[in-house]
Amino acid sequence: MIRAMFLMLSLLLIGAAHAAIDTYDFQTEEQRQRFYELSGELRCPKCQNQNIADSNSPIATDLRREIHRMLNEGQSNDEIVDFMVMRYGDFVRYKPALTAQTAVLWFAPAFFLLAGLLVLVIMLRRRQRAQHASRENHLSVDEQQRLRTLLEKKNTDD
Amino acid sequence: MRRGLLLLPLAIFLLMLVFLFKGLFLDNEDLPSALIGSPFPAFSLPSVEEGEGMITAADLKGRPALVNVWGTWCVACRVEHPVLNQLAEQGVIIHGVNYKDDTAEARQWLEDFHDPYQLNISDTEGRLGLDLGVYGAPETFLIDAEGIIRYKFIGVVDERVWASELAPRYQALLDGADQ
Repeated sequence: MIRAMFLMLSLLLIGAAHAAIDTYDFQTEEQRQRFYELSGELRCPKCQNQNIADSNSPIATDLRREIHRMLNEGQSNDEIVDFMVMRYGDFVRYKPALTAQTAVLWFAPAFFLLAGLLVLVIMLRRRQRAQHASRENHLSVDEQQRLRTLLEKKNTDD
Repeated sequence: MRRGLLLLPLAIFLLMLVFLFKGLFLDNEDLPSALIGSPFPAFSLPSVEEGEGMITAADLKGRPALVNVWGTWCVACRVEHPVLNQLAEQGVIIHGVNYKDDTAEARQWLEDFHDPYQLNISDTEGRLGLDLGVYGAPETFLIDAEGIIRYKFIGVVDERVWASELAPRYQALLDGADQ
């Protein structure tokens, strides 16, 4: 049973691994690297949660071809990303530009981390103070001695 | 005070629940077009029909119109086609962009199902489609008399979509153009 499930799972994974294979020639190794970089960080407009390197939808194929063409023309990464954003909007960037609209995306994680740290520090301080306070509530040896004599005195008086 | 603090995580959790629940029903298929408010991209492409000259962006100017991106390979376009025919009959100006298609097949399609388009732009390479930010057909753009893109609808234009999304905007552009 488990073996059959493994088999089915691996068959499913084969499908994923076979997506999007096409061949491009590059003039330099550096261009090849930039091609991987760009197709990795641009999002496929049609398939929503894949980048255009992974997707084999027709539009992703077109966009890969377009990146290849622009790289061969000697355009910079910024120019290529701008080209895509002009046509498909900010949506295609997995690394969104920092604008008023995307500020929440960029700063929320840091904000939550800081807020969490702040709460932690406050809680630790409180606990420390409480411990300190309860220690102060304890009677010192002298005071305990006095208490005992007072109590004994009261008992003998009765 | 302390009790209030204890309730804070619950409050945050409930707030997030509301957001996430809303997110379940967000229609994230509809990407806002980056091109709304900008002029129709420049192009010079042949017509689907034989013996016609090149069509350029200047030919789209003059009157508000719909620009419908379609292909014979697109199943949803077949669903949409009768609606476009009907609109064309009512006098709505519709231009077609035959996107990444075989021109002979496109001609056959227009013969078989009737041709609602004023201009039949043949974009076999998909260059214009790319400049329009098309990522699947059918897509329908609304342009004004100056050739500025005013609205984009992704998906099948049926009677409901026409009545609720496109007709009011088209009418507003017509009224604007008359003044």
